[in-house]
Amino acid sequence: MEVGRSIFRVDAADKVTGRAKYTDDFHEGPMLVAKVLHSTIANGWVKAMDTAEAQALPGVVKVLTCFDVPDIQFPTPGHPWSVEEAHQDVSDRMLLTRRVRIYGDDIAAVVAEDAVTAERALKLIRVEYEELPPILTTEQAMAPGATPIHDEHPDNILKHTTVNVVEPGTGVKDADEVFSMPEFRHFEGHYETQQVQHCHIENPISYAYMQGERITVVSSTQIPHIVRRVIGQALGIPWGKVRVIKPYIGGGFGNKQEVLYEPLNAWLTTQVGGRCVKLDVSREETFQNTRSRHAIAIDIKAAIRDDMRIMARETKAVSNQGGYASHGHSIVANTVTGIRQLYPDAMAHRADAYTVYTNLSSPGAMRGYGIPQGDFAVECFMDDVARQMGWDPYEFRLKNIMPLGYVDPTNGITCYSTGLAECMEKGADFIGWKELREKYQNQTGPVRRGVGMAVFSYKTGVYPISLETASARMVLNQDGTLQLHLGATEIGQGGDTVFSQMAAEAVGIPTEDVHIISFQDTDVAPFDTGAYASRQTYVTGMAIKKCGGMLKEKILDYAGEMLSRDPKGLDIQGRDVVDLGSREALLPLSELAMTAFYSLDHSVHLTAECTNHCKDNTFAFGACFAEVEVDIPLGKVKVLRVVNVHDSGKLINPKLAEAQVHGGMSMGLGYALSEEMKFDPRTGRLLNGNLLDYKLPTSMDTPELTALFVETDDPSGPFGNKALGEPPAIPVAPAVRNALLQATGVAVNDLPLNPQKLVERFTAAGLIQA
Amino acid sequence: MYDIESIYRAKSVADAIAALQADPSALVIAGGTDVLIKVREGKLAGCRLVSIHDLPELKGITRNENGDVEIGPLSTFRNVTFSEVIRATVPVLGEAADTAGGPQLRAAGTIGGNVCNGITSADTASTLVALDAVLRVRGPKGERDVPISEWYLGVGKVALAPYEVLVKIIIPYDNYAGYTGHYIKYAQRNAMDIATLGVSCLVKLSEDKKTVDDVSLAFGVAGPVPMRAHSAEAAVRGLPIAQAVEQIGPAALADVNPRTSWRASKEYRVQLVKELSGRALAEAARKGGAAL
Repeated sequence: MEVGRSIFRVDAADKVTGRAKYTDDFHEGPMLVAKVLHSTIANGWVKAMDTAEAQALPGVVKVLTCFDVPDIQFPTPGHPWSVEEAHQDVSDRMLLTRRVRIYGDDIAAVVAEDAVTAERALKLIRVEYEELPPILTTEQAMAPGATPIHDEHPDNILKHTTVNVVEPGTGVKDADEVFSMPEFRHFEGHYETQQVQHCHIENPISYAYMQGERITVVSSTQIPHIVRRVIGQALGIPWGKVRVIKPYIGGGFGNKQEVLYEPLNAWLTTQVGGRCVKLDVSREETFQNTRSRHAIAIDIKAAIRDDMRIMARETKAVSNQGGYASHGHSIVANTVTGIRQLYPDAMAHRADAYTVYTNLSSPGAMRGYGIPQGDFAVECFMDDVARQMGWDPYEFRLKNIMPLGYVDPTNGITCYSTGLAECMEKGADFIGWKELREKYQNQTGPVRRGVGMAVFSYKTGVYPISLETASARMVLNQDGTLQLHLGATEIGQGGDTVFSQMAAEAVGIPTEDVHIISFQDTDVAPFDTGAYASRQTYVTGMAIKKCGGMLKEKILDYAGEMLSRDPKGLDIQGRDVVDLGSREALLPLSELAMTAFYSLDHSVHLTAECTNHCKDNTFAFGACFAEVEVDIPLGKVKVLRVVNVHDSGKLINPKLAEAQVHGGMSMGLGYALSEEMKFDPRTGRLLNGNLLDYKLPTSMDTPELTALFVETDDPSGPFGNKALGEPPAIPVAPAVRNALLQATGVAVNDLPLNPQKLVERFTAAGLIQA
Repeated sequence: MYDIESIYRAKSVADAIAALQADPSALVIAGGTDVLIKVREGKLAGCRLVSIHDLPELKGITRNENGDVEIGPLSTFRNVTFSEVIRATVPVLGEAADTAGGPQLRAAGTIGGNVCNGITSADTASTLVALDAVLRVRGPKGERDVPISEWYLGVGKVALAPYEVLVKIIIPYDNYAGYTGHYIKYAQRNAMDIATLGVSCLVKLSEDKKTVDDVSLAFGVAGPVPMRAHSAEAAVRGLPIAQAVEQIGPAALADVNPRTSWRASKEYRVQLVKELSGRALAEAARKGGAAL
């Protein structure tokens, strides 16, 4: 079995020795450098710009402004394109903008011989603005008379959706009716999450050049085929004239599931005669001008029966979208859907979701895609209800979690397999749930401990909301090994390794004999929409399995020819063609391959290529348990132990899966305790857009992380597998918050749980004497 | 790529002073962990620099014949932490130096830079203030000694006259002998961070280890510059240790003047002063042999 083995990453040696090449490691001869001029207002208009002095600076090749760019608005999210106009992404960006919508908006660009000259030239550009007051909160944006940030949306609401679900046979017409029934208890909660950023190590970077009429862009992206499409759309040129190459990338976490500066870079090379232009984005620009996780405010109201069963809920989520739509409404829609799916209501559910434009830096996709926000709200709510009722939060959850066979009434996504109850059990055993809950009741003194938990469910891929398609190509080499070529991308998660294992499994050869082509070049790479939605092991895995089957059939057909046997009685094992029944080795693959290449009778290049259009989805699950110690006078939460237990179906590579969980847990801890993008309330300027002031945890802040698994065998997954990429980041924040609640009795309903906030809340609760 | 107009590598302190006189707008660069960041941010873009980085006369940590500790300002944080002299005399200073940034920064940044940048959050500053260190500077007119109590003039401003260079940090024998100290860097992270509050406490105990004979308490980030808490010190001198631990924090509120910024509120910093002063004193006393 090649699948299920903890082999080393196929790129491990290249990465640790520094041989692996990232965008900045390539040089297409002398490169020009582009720098972007950012606005110093958050809302308003660029009235005029004087670039004469900048243009005159020696070493400056070209200064281009928002008055020079093509009059085209284009979409930026890394979604599969929809051929139906109603389902297309919001096109609300231009390459450079006269209408300033965020502090630091892109209003001009300088192309120069070197970075210092480009920076100096930026300072010489004079800008005249017409300034409007910045709109930073969703309340301000939705207030009557607020200035429209985009003319297409005069009320600043990008979208508002309502979903009503009624369980068949209950006889009620909606959630409202359930709330009018006297036999149920009512509970309410309000929760808020903060805006945070991915903090991938490698900032977005690209370089672009022309060969003839064609533009090539090399970029650190998760989605090369989508970048190609959007460059075509943004520049108004045929997509076939655009070539995008994706080398190794230093992390993305969803930020690079967005077309960022690639279209601008592509346009800049066309403005300097096709010379190569590099656009390397600084950390500060990454914070201010690329994507982040949405701050979402969530209200939950529930009607609950005395036996702990949730009968109905009404949820409302309002998402602060910042200045541009990016992924638009799909993220907050996912938030409310996730709240509903985790605990299907016995009778009815109503959900309202709002996406609201403001003048903040625009959020977009980030690991978990709206679910971490919803999970924080619902999992805090579960503990708040349990505390009020004196219930064990573990039992309360168990009573209400999604059952096997659940079918979402709005989109048909089905629970084909679930190990959630077992995940809870395993996690509770690990942390010592019952004993610690008991032990940590009724503490006094300045330092107290608590234990908390949270669970989640998560879809695998984007079907049926969007298209799910993946392609694979396999080519047999002369030595009996094969090249594997995909449009799916390695973004640090270990994709290439598990793809290689899957290909080996499907063909029947050792993983060591699979050579994966890691880089995607849209001129030659098969089509795949890329790395997001925890989709690739599932959707691309299906394509690999199908392609492997096709290649295997061709190999065995050829073997049958060579051996004068019926191919149906043959198989591939290790490096040989073997007898299907006896497993006796009959013909080395290398001999078969050499013959196929060079036979004077029948030469054929044995290859396979296919697309798999996936029309299915499945739920992954998991639970987190955390034990914390709270230093009340200092407002400090120390996580003593934390464990994530995941049901992601069958693990393709258990060691890599564990690493994935560790990374996600660390991201979850930062979300819980320290990370937050802070904006100046007067100007809308991002205050802490650097890694000193933005409190991303270091290894010194990270406790021992434990990752455990419950391996179900999902019937829909190509190898029994389900989503794993994003889920580990989801349940950590609410588990930590619930542990804090047990330790102190103080319910903090907004993230992060940082010391200043906790000192304020503890003071208000009388735990600190003012 | 850094926007630096020019850099002159001085051959001696005298040469550095001459270079500064020749180019009055030039800045001194030592470890570079402040200057280069400001160049990158654009605040010092296009600057001209005089580097003292390679001057052996500004390195080394020794004890002179009086028992005073003499620290060459080019000593890196790491040099200070791992110095046998520091460990034997003022280990608290080495511990404070070890809290700055991360390992890379501590191998490059210097203690001289840490006091010359005049920053209230500088990790060695509050301990040097608690120790009443003396700063020896040299300029065109020769050398002079500045007590650290007269060193900090305002945010980012110190008592260096034009063309003067810090040549020695001196910790007088009487200021450390018989004292034990503890520094608490309270920050949002355990590494790679600046202090929300820095507290350094030195204590001299009675022979029976039960009473505070003398105490020195200093803060970083409790005001615009590193500062001593004289009234808190006076309030607990002579008290039994446990009582002193309890009272020193509330008493220190009379000494400090933290402000609200987007990084932290005044109320929060006040709470930290109140809470951490006692904790620093308790730990310093424990190191001195007190049973607490």
